[in-house]
Amino acid sequence: MTDTTRVPIAAASVAAPLLSARKVRKSFGGVEVLKGISLDVSAGQVMCLLGPSGSGKSTFLRCINHLERIDGGRISVDGELIGYAARHGRIFEMNRREVAKQRRGIGMVFQRFNLFPHMTALENITAAPVGVRGLPKPAALARGRELLDRVGLADLAQSYPAQLSGGQQQRVAIARALAMDPKLLLFDEPTSALDPELVGDVLDVMRALAADGMTMVVVTHEIGFARGAADEVVFMDAGVVVESGPPATVLDNPQNPRTKAFLDSVM
Amino acid sequence: MAQATLSQGERRLEPAVLDSDDIVAVPLRHPWRWVVAAILLAGGVSLGVSLWGNDNVHHPTISEFIFNPRILSGVLLTLVLTVVAMLVSTLLGVLLAIMRLSSNPVMTVLAWVYVWVFRGTPLLIQIVLWGYLGLLYSQISLGVPFTDFTLFSIDTNTLIPAFTAGLLALTLNQAAYSAEIVRAGMLSVDEGQYEAAYSVGMSPTFTLFKVVLPQAMRVIIPPMGNETISMLKNTSLLSVIAVLELYTVATQISSQNLRQVELLVVVSCWYLFLTSILSIPQYYLERHYGRGKARALPPTPLARAWAVLRPAPRSTIERADAQ
Repeated sequence: MTDTTRVPIAAASVAAPLLSARKVRKSFGGVEVLKGISLDVSAGQVMCLLGPSGSGKSTFLRCINHLERIDGGRISVDGELIGYAARHGRIFEMNRREVAKQRRGIGMVFQRFNLFPHMTALENITAAPVGVRGLPKPAALARGRELLDRVGLADLAQSYPAQLSGGQQQRVAIARALAMDPKLLLFDEPTSALDPELVGDVLDVMRALAADGMTMVVVTHEIGFARGAADEVVFMDAGVVVESGPPATVLDNPQNPRTKAFLDSVM
Repeated sequence: MAQATLSQGERRLEPAVLDSDDIVAVPLRHPWRWVVAAILLAGGVSLGVSLWGNDNVHHPTISEFIFNPRILSGVLLTLVLTVVAMLVSTLLGVLLAIMRLSSNPVMTVLAWVYVWVFRGTPLLIQIVLWGYLGLLYSQISLGVPFTDFTLFSIDTNTLIPAFTAGLLALTLNQAAYSAEIVRAGMLSVDEGQYEAAYSVGMSPTFTLFKVVLPQAMRVIIPPMGNETISMLKNTSLLSVIAVLELYTVATQISSQNLRQVELLVVVSCWYLFLTSILSIPQYYLERHYGRGKARALPPTPLARAWAVLRPAPRSTIERADAQ
């Protein structure tokens, strides 16, 4: 990320939120997993979503880049409605190419990395910038190497994912998401599939991104990361936001008994 | 009895052998493997001798016809039919698989009906139907349906000679099978791959060609190798519409010289040779699409042969370990 994409937090707080969700609802086969989620994330902010498994936090994250279609409410990123376009005073459902275009501004990092196994680490990073955005290959390769260096894997550019450890794969996945210069980065339990000793490297990369002013929404069970890096912590349970606020308030002085019970069980 | 043997064995053990950190053991023996191999070898040799000594086989005919120009032209046509039919049918199969898995119900149904028809009727009947298309439609014309307007009209037998009919029949039939193989390959790709591709803004088409199909190839190639070998042998069915491929040529020759068995031997040798040749590209394709899966790919046969001819010096570290 270059300096030009950095947004000073002071300026962001007066502007409209980068991510805005209003009463987002989603059901799977008659079971409502999101029951009206509303939240805002300003540019440059880091929001951590906490909550027990099945609380809907991953589903909500996947709704933000339209991997899941929402059944009600609205989500907008940088003022653009996700999955829908307003034309001539009416709202139209987007086709898949338009949705793909929209997703270019929203990076995502998955629990199971989901690197492309038939491509090297560097090819994983350059595939979308070259193939989707039409960046010239030499420029994309240079940028890819720079990103690999940034996540501490400069010497593994030619390795295939199967030759990398989980922590290394996840860092390549972060570099892949960064290569599209996203306005917003979504993390879906990025350290849950990692051996404990590899978690630290990934969290370090995420902390550095947060410090650089990247806007991030992070679903995680790493309370320590939430405490240190998040501007806001949101606790979700059973498809609703139970409690939200600065980490010091939500993590150290939770008001809701469900938040208390959850934090007691994980800390 | 067993105990006695054991104690005998124990008595013979040297303390050094027992106390050594590394077990120095006699490898497990497999005497029965040798016995079975010997019996099979004897059977094989006697069968070979009886075939070779059979007075009903005229060996000079085999050697006369194995490189006969007519046979060679049949071999060439068989190869051309196999390669062209496989290439075109694979493209068609990929297209059908994509249609079948698309979210468009019209495409899905169309692909399903295609596979249903072409996989559900015997290849032999399809070949004969294409060969005798002139009986169904004597003229093929292009125009506006339900009107008298025609752009051009052509005699079916001129437009589709036997070779084209045979090629069409093999290609269209194979496409139905290939479609199912490609579909299975595409279904084997993890859902997370689609999500990752979409999350970096790739369109569905780009995802298909850059992410899904390259990974599906690993699953697709082994059965497609199988299909290629089937195809090579199925070209012999074209003898029913008199396409001059290997088997047709052989039957024409044997109907003149009445050496049926000899020419079948000639033909079988050629089919065996060709199927052996065809498995070579499969090996290299599998390696190509297997990259990133195995941590280190095994050496190719060529590399292995090279290693035998010029053995690399053993490293000194290895030698130090051995001591």
